[in-house]
Amino acid sequence: MGLETAFGHSFFTSRVDDAVNWARKYSFFQYPFVTACCGMEFMSVWASSYDIARFGAEFPRFSPRQADVLFVVGTVNEKLAPVLKRVYDQMCEPKWVVSFGVCATSGGFYDNYATVQGIDKIIPVDIYIPGCPPRPEAVLDALMKLQEKVSAESVMDKKYK
Amino acid sequence: MNQDLIRTIQEKFPAQVTGTHAFRGDSTVTVRREALREVAGYLRDELGFEFLMDLTAVDYPEREDRFEMVYHFYSFKTNLRLRLKAPVNGKEPVIASLTPLWGAANWFEREAYDMFGIKFEGHPDLRRILMYDTFEDHPLRKDYPLKKRQPRIVHRE
Repeated sequence: MGLETAFGHSFFTSRVDDAVNWARKYSFFQYPFVTACCGMEFMSVWASSYDIARFGAEFPRFSPRQADVLFVVGTVNEKLAPVLKRVYDQMCEPKWVVSFGVCATSGGFYDNYATVQGIDKIIPVDIYIPGCPPRPEAVLDALMKLQEKVSAESVMDKKYK
Repeated sequence: MNQDLIRTIQEKFPAQVTGTHAFRGDSTVTVRREALREVAGYLRDELGFEFLMDLTAVDYPEREDRFEMVYHFYSFKTNLRLRLKAPVNGKEPVIASLTPLWGAANWFEREAYDMFGIKFEGHPDLRRILMYDTFEDHPLRKDYPLKKRQPRIVHRE
């Protein structure tokens, strides 16, 4: 556009999508929906060895209304299913969901009367993390995959409307 | 000592005790269903079993009396443990509640009702404790289909 030429290095141009997605993907506020033993592994991602803060996602918001990413960590049973749905519905858009561990992903080995066979029966899921429980590295990998996914989205997308 | 315990109960209730078992300090006494409340009261008041540790049920589909109630007692005074069993008929699964004797029995009996459908006479508040209210049937019965799924519930208002 020639603006850089006229004004030197005092500003740069970008696309709105790039700027917004850059801000979004490096400042995830997460809602940890923790129900089971996976929670202990999830906590280690916060701790200094793995340090999720490096990705700007260290800040848990315990109100779904202030959260961007819903981490479903652990087994979800039939009695809890409507609660999870309500938490998801309360989150403001844009919002993403990460299914943490095999229980949240598919019910795991709880193939029985009480357990929801995967949270995608209730709410849409963006990233699945396998493992029982997943290694912290897998969680960070999932976070980076989510960042990739976010950077490919557009503020004009209608998917949430 | 365990043999003494079993013998004491047998001599007190000769007509009600249908079987005993002892193995390495584990004492088991089986009583008739109708006598449960009486025997349990005797255990608590006379033998000092002031602690009801556990209460559960087992489903034996091949038996004539399909269910078996299992109670575990402990005495702080004598450091003795005792397992009490009582058969319950599958067609009419009713047995006396022990909640009036041990408050600990309250939620255990609700669980046994929830999972096996055994009714406890004299229980102050017998309703499901683990599953939701609209859940049908009792999932720990052996004839409950393994793959059966029930309709998803909605959030309570």
